[in-house]
Amino acid sequence: MKTQQHIVALIAGLIFGLGLGYSQMIDPERVIGFLDLVGDWDPTLAFVMGGAVLVTVVTFRWILKRPHPLFNGKFYLPTRQDVDQPLILGAVLFGIGWGIGGYCPGPAITSLVLGHWNPVLFVVAMIAGSLTSRWLTARQSRPTPAAPEPRG
Amino acid sequence: MQVEWWYGLLGGGLIGLSATLLLAGNGRIAGISGMVNGAITFTAAEVWRWLFLIGLLGGGLLYEYGLAPQPTPTYGFAPLTMIVAGFLVGFGTRMGNGCTSGHGVCGLGRLSGRSLVAVVSFMVAGFVTVFITRHLLA
Repeated sequence: MKTQQHIVALIAGLIFGLGLGYSQMIDPERVIGFLDLVGDWDPTLAFVMGGAVLVTVVTFRWILKRPHPLFNGKFYLPTRQDVDQPLILGAVLFGIGWGIGGYCPGPAITSLVLGHWNPVLFVVAMIAGSLTSRWLTARQSRPTPAAPEPRG
Repeated sequence: MQVEWWYGLLGGGLIGLSATLLLAGNGRIAGISGMVNGAITFTAAEVWRWLFLIGLLGGGLLYEYGLAPQPTPTYGFAPLTMIVAGFLVGFGTRMGNGCTSGHGVCGLGRLSGRSLVAVVSFMVAGFVTVFITRHLLA
């Protein structure tokens, strides 16, 4: 089952990359052109997102009626339903970065093949940002000791 | 450089197909930020995420150097711009548990309320940011 899962992951990644190429989401000016409502608005991203969701909204419904996926024992789906502050704050910070750079994670990684330093810097900074966020969350959720431990 | 809208629809359809394949085959969500976060734990259970990311690069190569109707343009954005943007995207997607693919393509596909809130939040933040950078500061 592991081998099949690995083949599926590789093919799914390949198709995803092709999709980002054809839709030109690997061109940050097209993304910024979509986000620029008062400028020369570029609707491409709406077609990309719309096209993708049109597929998943139909297929996911059908797939999730099955007891388990083809090559795995169960579905790994997010279980949380609550809307909390980190969800909104995180999405807003992401949106600001998206607007500044014109890349979200998928196109940034795919653009590494273009042989330009822009996506390279972006991806390195993106990983640093993600690790910083993880570190901050881990620090916050660590239980604080009732009394400070004596040192030395 | 104008790429017609049907390329957007075709690309979007392929992304939807990819997400479908990953859920039907492996029971997994095709969220790229989660893919990266899982991959950089470097554990054996997450090897499939690396394969997905290698596939993503392979798809990019195949498109750009084989199928592209015209070369994808690149720009000389200032290095600091890229670093700030990348950091915010990495920080925000970890904090908010997803990006355009996880919350957008897959979350909306599952009719998740949490994902809808995230999508509206990052879209509005993106609109406001570009208004500031391209109009107020330009």
